Amino acid sequence: MAKVITGVGCPYCGASCDDIEVTVSDDGTKVLEVKNACAIGNQVFHHASTPGRITSPRLRQPDGTYKEISYEEAIDRAARILVNAKKPLIYGFGSTNCEGMSAAGRVAEKAGAVLDNCASICHGSSFLAIFDNGYPSCTLGEVKNRADVIVYWASNPAHAHPRHMSRYSIFPRGFFTGKGHMGRKIICIDPRVTDTARVADIHLQVQQGHDYELFNAFRTVLHGGDIPDMVAGIPKEKILEAAGIMKKARFGTVFYGMGLCHSDGRNHNVDIAISMTRDLNEFTKWTIMAMRGHYNIAGPGVVWSWQFGFPYCIDMTKRDLVHMNPGETSSVDLAMRDEVDAFVNIGTDAGAHFPIPAVQHLKKHPWITIDPNICMASEISDLHIPVAVVGVETGGVVYRMDNVPIQFKKVVEPAGGILTDEELFDKIYERMCELDQEA
Amino acid sequence: MAKINLNMITQRAIEEGVAMEKGKTTPDYFEACSIIEMNAEDIKKLGINPNANVRVISESGEVIVKAVVGRQTCYPGLCHIRQGVWANQVVPPRTQSTGEPQYSGFPVTVEPAEYERIKGALELVQGACGLWKGDE
Ligand code: SF4
Repeated sequence: MAKVITGVGCPYCGASCDDIEVTVSDDGTKVLEVKNACAIGNQVFHHASTPGRITSPRLRQPDGTYKEISYEEAIDRAARILVNAKKPLIYGFGSTNCEGMSAAGRVAEKAGAVLDNCASICHGSSFLAIFDNGYPSCTLGEVKNRADVIVYWASNPAHAHPRHMSRYSIFPRGFFTGKGHMGRKIICIDPRVTDTARVADIHLQVQQGHDYELFNAFRTVLHGGDIPDMVAGIPKEKILEAAGIMKKARFGTVFYGMGLCHSDGRNHNVDIAISMTRDLNEFTKWTIMAMRGHYNIAGPGVVWSWQFGFPYCIDMTKRDLVHMNPGETSSVDLAMRDEVDAFVNIGTDAGAHFPIPAVQHLKKHPWITIDPNICMASEISDLHIPVAVVGVETGGVVYRMDNVPIQFKKVVEPAGGILTDEELFDKIYERMCELDQEA
Repeated sequence: MAKINLNMITQRAIEEGVAMEKGKTTPDYFEACSIIEMNAEDIKKLGINPNANVRVISESGEVIVKAVVGRQTCYPGLCHIRQGVWANQVVPPRTQSTGEPQYSGFPVTVEPAEYERIKGALELVQGACGLWKGDE
């Protein structure tokens, strides 16, 4: 009899939906059916049990091909690379659980490494702005139950977080929002006519890279000042109309995304978004939330802040003197300045997602990829160690985009007895200790 | 030959997300990510038809992709390549001291390249690292 597992968490985007129903085969090895997930979530579960997965570590040979090796050998090699490197970089963690992040933290500390996560190229700017300016935020549950005005600023959930609008923001009927989307106003601010812009009541097609000016215009209007006839490509009347709706909200939330963090100004764009949220609180209740990209990319910020005092870009090369200084200790900057001499890519794909010059710099040194799948990073590494897919083959704690922890479930057995991230890092740690003693 | 200067951004797309989970070496990923979306006016300025290949050149590299108008339209002067391997051939690694590369808002030159071939993901990334051995 096929078995139906309910309340399953989806290991893809930051919406971290935990209402997925997965039907698995009799023997608990194959995913047969997935319910409630979006197109991407669906693919994640089905792909995990597709035949042809890599189940043993692979080592690059002098002729450029890969040779399968045992876990034992892979662990020994990884430990030696980390012990021998002066300044290894351990980066990724977009797709793993908090248990894996914590185990990797122990390895990084032992190795005197730089420990960094995908926030470094994603919402890192948000951290900087939040340190400077605070974070008047809330949970997605509060949005669902209270919010009647939603602003998607430089974010496109229709594509990046496909169920965000239906589960949390626009469509659900909450405790005080019984009319669902009929009772809500949606404002979208984006330089493109995105699919999110299409479902919004108001779309302000801001000139790319000019969000800061537009925020400034909103703040000026909220403070009772006058603004020019056109700001950042948006006519004054449109700004006044949107600001009017925002002031009259009972409860509003600004969900902002990469358009702010990746454009000129970076953290300053987020900083002024937070200031605008604070201004709005003079009139009514407003909150702001970063649209975190991956299902547990809020995790490393939480886990490592607890372990080391910093959320990302953590330099432990001075051993007992840990520091964080983005621009200096951030992965892409370290790569471009050629400051690291070994690279561990874990639960991400730097090969596909870093600008190619950064990839070329990192590739000058030993490159280890720890990932369940074949990806660009695995195909250029010296050593690829496959691991279990979190949320499918192993459970664990994940932090949703609103920093709410959720227990994810395992739905099938790991293919071919492969290790979890946590088991793998613990074994690398043990091996590093042994090598230490031998030395 | 017509050349135009555009402002480029790169963001996620659901097609890219689905294809990426299927695998970055699949035809689905190639289809989803090796395209540049731009305004119909800009395609006209290039003197090409939609779906023709173009060369995109930035301060840090270049890449051949297919020019389309796309569903999520850009205003004239703005263009978008979905996040991933093709976009990252041209994304400048400068970070304004934040760690975050210039994924959104950098100048590119686009020119027709109708007879040039779009390279696959593996060819681009392995090729950049001296590992590409040709199609297996
Ligand atoms: S919205 Fe995100 S978390 Fe939810 S099912 Fe889709 S990919 Fe998974």
